[in-house]
Amino acid sequence: MNLLQVDQIDVSYGKARIVQEVSFALGEGKIGCLLGPSGCGKTTVLRAIAGFERVGQGSIEIAGRRVSDKKTCMPPEQRKIGMVFQDFALFPNMSVADNIRFGIRAWKQQEQDARIHELLAMIGMPALGQAYPHQLSGGQQQRVALARAMAPKPTILLLDEPFSSLDVELREQLAREVRNILKQENITAILVTHDQQEAFAMADDICVMHEGRIQQHDTAYNLYHKPINHFVADFIGEGVIVPGMVVGGNTVNTELGNIHGLVPVGCKPGCHVDVLVRPDDIVHDDEATETATVVERAFRGSDFLYTLRMPSGAEVLSLVPSHHDHEINEKIGIHLKFDHLVIFKKQEAAQAED
Amino acid sequence: MPNLAGRIWKPSIILVAIVFSIPILTIASSIFEPSGENWQHLKQTVLPEYLTNSGLLVLGVTVGTLLLGVSTAWLTAMCRFPGKSLFVWLLLLPLAMPAYIIAYTYTGMFDFAGPVQSLIREWTGLRYGQYYFPEIRSLGGAITMLSLVLYPYVYLLARAAFLEQSVGVLEVSRTLGCGPWCSFYRVALPLARPAIVAGLSLALMETLADYGTVAYFGLGVFTTGIFRTWFGMGDSIAAAKMASLLLFFVFALIVIERVSRKRAQYHHTSTKYSRLPEYQLRGYRAWLAFLVCLVPVLFGFLLPAGQLSVWAVETYQDMVDASFITLTLHTVLLGLSAALLSVILALFLAYGRRMLPTKAVISSIRVASVGYAIPGTVIAVGIIIPFAWLDVQINQVVENIFGITPGLLLSGTLFALMFAYMVRFLAVSLQTVESGLGKIKHSMDDAARSLGYRPRQALLKVHIPIMQGSVLTALLIVFVDVMKELPATLILRPFDFNTLAVRAFELASDERLADSSTAALMIVLVGLLPVIYLSKTIAQSRAGTQNETAL
Repeated sequence: MNLLQVDQIDVSYGKARIVQEVSFALGEGKIGCLLGPSGCGKTTVLRAIAGFERVGQGSIEIAGRRVSDKKTCMPPEQRKIGMVFQDFALFPNMSVADNIRFGIRAWKQQEQDARIHELLAMIGMPALGQAYPHQLSGGQQQRVALARAMAPKPTILLLDEPFSSLDVELREQLAREVRNILKQENITAILVTHDQQEAFAMADDICVMHEGRIQQHDTAYNLYHKPINHFVADFIGEGVIVPGMVVGGNTVNTELGNIHGLVPVGCKPGCHVDVLVRPDDIVHDDEATETATVVERAFRGSDFLYTLRMPSGAEVLSLVPSHHDHEINEKIGIHLKFDHLVIFKKQEAAQAED
Repeated sequence: MPNLAGRIWKPSIILVAIVFSIPILTIASSIFEPSGENWQHLKQTVLPEYLTNSGLLVLGVTVGTLLLGVSTAWLTAMCRFPGKSLFVWLLLLPLAMPAYIIAYTYTGMFDFAGPVQSLIREWTGLRYGQYYFPEIRSLGGAITMLSLVLYPYVYLLARAAFLEQSVGVLEVSRTLGCGPWCSFYRVALPLARPAIVAGLSLALMETLADYGTVAYFGLGVFTTGIFRTWFGMGDSIAAAKMASLLLFFVFALIVIERVSRKRAQYHHTSTKYSRLPEYQLRGYRAWLAFLVCLVPVLFGFLLPAGQLSVWAVETYQDMVDASFITLTLHTVLLGLSAALLSVILALFLAYGRRMLPTKAVISSIRVASVGYAIPGTVIAVGIIIPFAWLDVQINQVVENIFGITPGLLLSGTLFALMFAYMVRFLAVSLQTVESGLGKIKHSMDDAARSLGYRPRQALLKVHIPIMQGSVLTALLIVFVDVMKELPATLILRPFDFNTLAVRAFELASDERLADSSTAALMIVLVGLLPVIYLSKTIAQSRAGTQNETAL
């Protein structure tokens, strides 16, 4: 049975429908993620699960209990959720220990102290119980916010952009740390973020959202390699779209030559399509006979991301180990490694269908 | 909650704004009243004098507060010299000294029979008229008195502005070959200008509102003119017309202040503050800096407070009797109830704005809190006219029905006085309460809910502990302001009801300066409380900045 079941929910502010027909489920102990650009409605979905927003349509069930539907909305304090906020929302007048104690005030004193002790150890701050939030660094505040949310052993933990106010270097590391803590405690959690690296580092599966709807619900690997539409292809990872025309069963003719891949349903020969070419589909090889011109290069430490112009004039991206240091305008040898390309119907056509 | 808020809260806030703008609207609408004989007469005789005197007063106080305020602000912000850290807060002390008290203290010290002139005569053997001594009861005297107690407004805002300037800007100016003086004139001063102007306009609002000093010195300005017209001629319409003229100048100051504050925000050139490099002053420069800071503290507080203490020691045995204790009790009760009411109202408005930040609510609150700039005299006249009219109506109705006359229910009771305090001091409590409420982010409410607290429990466990500091501060500040308030209390107090401020002023006006000192000293001592609090917060905020740099 799924611990969280979100079924066809709509959320509106006034006349604006912020969230439309969103459905997904999350099994016990899993970490889900709502990923999307700002304004896509991901935080609103999270707040609806928390009980801060009412749903106009559909329903939400937590651990088999219906907490939200068109008519009812159980108040947040009864839902047994834990929430970590973007700005951490630590109480400035309370010490770290008292912040963590806040949600377990009904427990016995000894149990409270034991739980606080346990959580402080878990977040790696055993000596900082008496510190006040303003004395902590951003990363420490973040971990205290996590400990406070976890203290009452919530059924589900909701994390609203929990890393966005931290330095970029800290984010991924902390995301992995938090994932380890959650997995260790077998906590079911939902992460909301706009940062795919964060999502990849933390989540088991990811819902990519755009304009209030879920575009694709999948694993990180599949989102990158098998995006189901232009938006997901564009939002996740890097790549270029190359137009082409279906010429046979599984063959598309493009500027880069004939490409084999799974042609979308309903595309007969003669049909116009778009092909997604990722940087790892273009493999650099100094020995190769086929060449392309370097147009732009971005050094990333372990590798270069080259923008290459093909003889046909098409531009593609290529990820190359960084000891292959080539100048702009240099011609370099490439292999096209089109094993499992993603082919879409033409965008205009796709939109017309909607 | 949204239902309750929408149905009751929002209309109530709008109602508060309407009720609170009654005094101002009354005064403003008096322009359209037909001008009677008195007004024509006033216009031809005394009005030009009032205009000139008020103008000169404003001009003089501008020069005085700028000189005292900006120089001390620069020295204590940017330089290091002996006693600097003490001066940072000593320079605030004159805030505790109401202008009318300093005025008659100096009169007592410097007039013909006072200790200073007596000493001069004793030493030199000269007699009256044979030597020059400046007349303290003059326009120049009033300018000096007001400048001495109002410069802290400029000092506070200018110092904050100097401290907030990014080190980078000043260092750039040094590397480009600009010395300390040149950096001050060409970089620091222009950057701090909006803050200085904002502080100045606050000082000038107080100048225009002052009644005690100018009345005691017998100067004809707007506030004294309103009193003369009201009590001397008994012409409420002419008084209101005069008040509306004063209101016009006050509104000009409000506009200047608001625009300056907005511009002061743009002038934040950097969000990264680090410890400012201070100029180490040595030798005569250090002594000069010491002297520049000492003068306002000495003349604005230490000297007059010392004189008051001497007088109080001499006279308190005669002055402190049963009636004095009643007087003190009245003052405390009045101050406490006004402070409580004002803070409750401020909480109501602040939470209203937090839950319903709609245009109507925001502008209503802005209207309701405009009273901080309006002189007490103007508010009093603006209240008593509509209240007296209402009383007449009530009396007629009640007499027709019950055959008895209830008397002046509104205009002749503490009700009118309390309302005047609310109008005048709401902005003070509102600002303080809102600065506390600003610390409670909306996500903290949500966090408490997600941790199993019902909304009411969240209010109890999260809001009250965080808010209590600023609520207490607001109570204290309003209490002290009410205690010091003079003109509105003089006009609106019920028959036979006195406060310490009114009593001190009455005794001083009867030339019983020494006798007035006990009451005056009490006002000054209580007035010190918020000043001490203010100096503490300044010290803390500075320490906080350094902490952040350290991290």
